[in-house]
Amino acid sequence: MKEPLPEPVIDLRGATASLGARPVLRGVDLTVRSGEVVALLGANGSGKSTAVRSVIGQVPLSGGSLSLFGTEFRRFRAWARVGYVPQRTTAAGGVPATVREVVTAGRLARTKLGVLRKADRAAVHHALELVGMADRAKDSVNALSGGQHQRVLIARALAGEPELLIMDEPMAGVDLASQEVLAAALREQVARGTTVLLVLHELGPLEPLIDRAVVLRDGCVVHDGPPPEAVGQHALPGHDHVHPHADAAAEPIRTGLLT
Amino acid sequence: MDILNYAFMQRALIAALIVGITAPAIGIYLVQRRQALMGDGIGHVALTGVGLGFLLNQSPVWVATAVAVAGSVVMELIRWYGKTRGDLALAMLFYGGMAGGVMLMNLSDAGSNANLGTYLFGSITTVSPQDMTTIYVLAALVLAITVGLRRQLFAVCQDEEFARVTGLPVRLLNLLIAVTAAVTVTVAMRVVGLLLVSALMVIPVAAAQQISRSFAVTFSVAVAIGVAVTLTGTTTSYYVDVPSGATIVLFAIGLFVVLTALATPLAKKRARAAAQPDAGCTLEVPAGRSAPDDVSVAG
Repeated sequence: MKEPLPEPVIDLRGATASLGARPVLRGVDLTVRSGEVVALLGANGSGKSTAVRSVIGQVPLSGGSLSLFGTEFRRFRAWARVGYVPQRTTAAGGVPATVREVVTAGRLARTKLGVLRKADRAAVHHALELVGMADRAKDSVNALSGGQHQRVLIARALAGEPELLIMDEPMAGVDLASQEVLAAALREQVARGTTVLLVLHELGPLEPLIDRAVVLRDGCVVHDGPPPEAVGQHALPGHDHVHPHADAAAEPIRTGLLT
Repeated sequence: MDILNYAFMQRALIAALIVGITAPAIGIYLVQRRQALMGDGIGHVALTGVGLGFLLNQSPVWVATAVAVAGSVVMELIRWYGKTRGDLALAMLFYGGMAGGVMLMNLSDAGSNANLGTYLFGSITTVSPQDMTTIYVLAALVLAITVGLRRQLFAVCQDEEFARVTGLPVRLLNLLIAVTAAVTVTVAMRVVGLLLVSALMVIPVAAAQQISRSFAVTFSVAVAIGVAVTLTGTTTSYYVDVPSGATIVLFAIGLFVVLTALATPLAKKRARAAAQPDAGCTLEVPAGRSAPDDVSVAG
């Protein structure tokens, strides 16, 4: 007897969307089931970012259907169950803010009227520890490196203790040290049963975590199954990965984090 | 302190204090979402309200508040829907508001050029007891919103897209910021004038940024700077007989310059302190361990 498949957390069917006059999604089916880690891959302009942004309602669909946690999108209100990491190069705004202040914004979905309780502060602290930024909590985000900005954005999503984590290119412009920290943080989330949908340019250090890869080309799904070999091989053990972002000083830092 | 013996100066100082608190309190959110000049635009639109008030023989402050609120809502709508030429539409609104104010003022019997100057550049010593009631009510509203909803407003102004995915009522909060800014503009109108009101929303925040790392500290320091410059500016204008609005704004700019000059060496010192521990790490890696070892551990 086969076990029934877990409930779909994201169910996108026949989705079409256009930016201006240009059709970007041309009938995309994307199902992510509870506990799955799904990577959305594709070249620049393939529609992977648009697909993910349509799932969180930031790009309106011109056709097709979408439901989240079994609720039709129009009626979906349980945003506290979703953690979102937008594609950003910076976490900073026009006024200085500390790492903790930015991460605390991710807890708002779980607080009543914005009042922080003990549990909320603990969740924020835990999220900061997960991404290795607890010691920088009081620093201004303006003083951070690119990889640290990304860690802050991920901590902000984790602070809400989401059941579904959606990340748009979390590894873009991130140095190797931060990539490894983020991979470890994600591993812990996945172990706790969090469902993950992430847009990636290449699988990189996240490769072992990924259950399924969906590859888009010109707004259509061209592959839905195990992570493609050509990309996966890139991060296999023993693969001599000389990353262009890694400068000489970054190598020993990476060593320290993995022992 | 003979300055406190006059009822009109007591009112002037209280009004200055209130504006010093409220203007930076809402201004910080405008600066955070990089719309520092929005207060200026609302000020222009409010002038039409002042003119309309004179024409209809109503209280200029209340009519200006109503028109400024309407104008700020229109600006917010333009920001939502008019993505491509939003800046041009806003420019129309600014100059239309200005021209409308001058025109309406001219058409009314009570309005004159002297009155126009009062509203454009402020005339703090003419604040009447009735004006004070208005100022108290509006200021209480502004403070309740900017302090009470600070976490929500921070989230919306820091990253609007993220705030929407958090489930916050982003449009409502944006409207609330616009309306609160409009109310603040009309509260500050008598103190610094419509043309200089935006300065008190922006400059204390810009000055506070020079010495702070967190939003909370920036907020408190900006309000403290706002209070300091409005009180000293008003007092100075009493003793030296110079216009209060211009004095306040010039004091604020002076403080900004001083804090910037003080902050530069401070920032350098902090950067040096932050760089040192990282530099130390590279020396402590045990010899004989190389990066490829660890890649296999990770796999």
